[in-house]
Amino acid sequence: MNTNAEIKAKFALAFKGFELDVDIQVPARGVIALFGPSGSGKSTVLRCLAGLERAPQGLMRLAGTVWQDENNGVFVPTHQRSLGYVFQEPRLFNHLTVRGNLEFGYKRTPVPERCIEWTQVIELLNLSHLLGRRPQRLSLGEQQRVAIGRALLASPKVLLMDEPLASLDQQRKNEVLPFIRKLHDELDIPVVYVSHSLDEILQITDTLVLMSKGRNVATGSLQQLCGELQLSEYLGDMAGAVIETRINQHEAEFGLSRLMFDGGELYVPLQNAEINTPLRVHVLARNVGISLAKPEVMTSILNMLPATVVEVDVPDVDKHTVQVKLDIGVPLLANISRKSLHNLRLQPGQRVFALIKAVSLAQKGIDDVELLSNKS
Amino acid sequence: MELDLTPVWLTLKLAAVTTVILLVISTPLSWWLAHARSRWSAVVEAIVALPLVLPPTVLGFYLLLVLGANGFLGEPWQAVTGSSLTFTFSGLVIASVLYSLPFVVQPLQNAFTAIGRKPLEVAWCLGASRIDTFFNVMLPLAKRGYITAAVLGFTHTMGEFGVVLMVGGSIPGETQVLSIAIYEHVEVMDYSSAHYLSAGLLIFTFTVLLIVYVLNRRYPSHEH
Repeated sequence: MNTNAEIKAKFALAFKGFELDVDIQVPARGVIALFGPSGSGKSTVLRCLAGLERAPQGLMRLAGTVWQDENNGVFVPTHQRSLGYVFQEPRLFNHLTVRGNLEFGYKRTPVPERCIEWTQVIELLNLSHLLGRRPQRLSLGEQQRVAIGRALLASPKVLLMDEPLASLDQQRKNEVLPFIRKLHDELDIPVVYVSHSLDEILQITDTLVLMSKGRNVATGSLQQLCGELQLSEYLGDMAGAVIETRINQHEAEFGLSRLMFDGGELYVPLQNAEINTPLRVHVLARNVGISLAKPEVMTSILNMLPATVVEVDVPDVDKHTVQVKLDIGVPLLANISRKSLHNLRLQPGQRVFALIKAVSLAQKGIDDVELLSNKS
Repeated sequence: MELDLTPVWLTLKLAAVTTVILLVISTPLSWWLAHARSRWSAVVEAIVALPLVLPPTVLGFYLLLVLGANGFLGEPWQAVTGSSLTFTFSGLVIASVLYSLPFVVQPLQNAFTAIGRKPLEVAWCLGASRIDTFFNVMLPLAKRGYITAAVLGFTHTMGEFGVVLMVGGSIPGETQVLSIAIYEHVEVMDYSSAHYLSAGLLIFTFTVLLIVYVLNRRYPSHEH
């Protein structure tokens, strides 16, 4: 991996009743999600990245720039790090107007280092009508948009976002989330995004860092990690494969679109998008069944794909279901009953058929917000 | 009868000098009290609060010892400046700073606590240094705390009596402040002069406090 384009972070910290010990190395591009349950140390990692907490033996490098290397006595204070931080709450300065808030970091960024234009941000986040207002007079969603804009206008080398949607209700989330996706698509700034909401993660993540009990337990692309049996315990009910697809064909007369991926095709409800548009889908393990042979008679299930059994999870006697990892060209997880496992006698390498009862869309793109709640 | 206004000007001067010194030294002190998690902060808090409850004569007595010609502060002062700290204006300033300290520290500490670390972290992340953050975020957010602190420090210093009497005595033009002058007018049965000065002090103090409280109600703080 080219060290010029990665984020390297090694922090160990002990608080009362909590220990953090992470060693993260990820590409410094796209959205890097720190994902895990509350209390897994995600926010602390973010604070360490910003220099708001100081891990005694810490090491932190962003694309070749060293911000912390305690072994060599380096610790760059927060205000000298080129970063944007969006907190859970908007934290706007109440003594300033929206414009004053937006200008705070902008004015403190030397002109030659400004790589993000004022108008670009105002337009991107739709802030022009708010500029003269006081933060107290804005809705939470608007405030959070201003907070994002304020962070961006400091032309940061990395944007750190700590559950920026957590304080918002669903409607406000849908108001802000598209902007985060847009900002990732339009501005070339790596984003480290902390969340415990799989929904958000699925929509925006490129690289996933899975956190548990103060440690980073796995790192990889979303598609790669979501296809791993070992990780499904962290996701519970939401365990399932993520598949990157493209729209192949529309079947408007049936209200369907056909998606193409590396191993075949999937039907989803008709997408209002052009052929070849990339579309990320999430196939929940509990929506995947297994058949030993292609059903001889017709079934109502459209998405039926030849698959190979890769791995069968160790059955847990406390549960009636067990997870099976399949290969359909890409990894796919299926959740079947232990009784079915017993009846089918599944073995690794066995050829079977995956019956996909439903496909959720985890689309990137501003036009598809309405699809998020429209799990097919 | 001619009313001598020297004590009035002396009192205003003492209150002004004391308030300025107090605002300067209370800022870091209150900041530390608001943010420190040290076990010493409780001890320091208690010491700062002492003048609220201690009889002024007790404070004055100890100050007299410390500031006196053989005192821990008085002796070096005398050696350097050639003048005494007791029964002088400089001594009064030191005494007033201690005596009015809680009235300035507490509003500032409350303001700093209410503001918390969050706005500061935001400012740091936006590239503002600590000094920059203090002047452009902390100070404007704590404006109300500063006004309250300044007014309480000023008016409280104007009204002090016991400590001044112990440390400064009653030297006209040097240490004879309003409250002492009033006391002496009463002692010699000059009630009319006592009335003028008392009523003046009462009206002045009330007016200043009233303005502050009205402003506080009209302009809600930024602290939250």
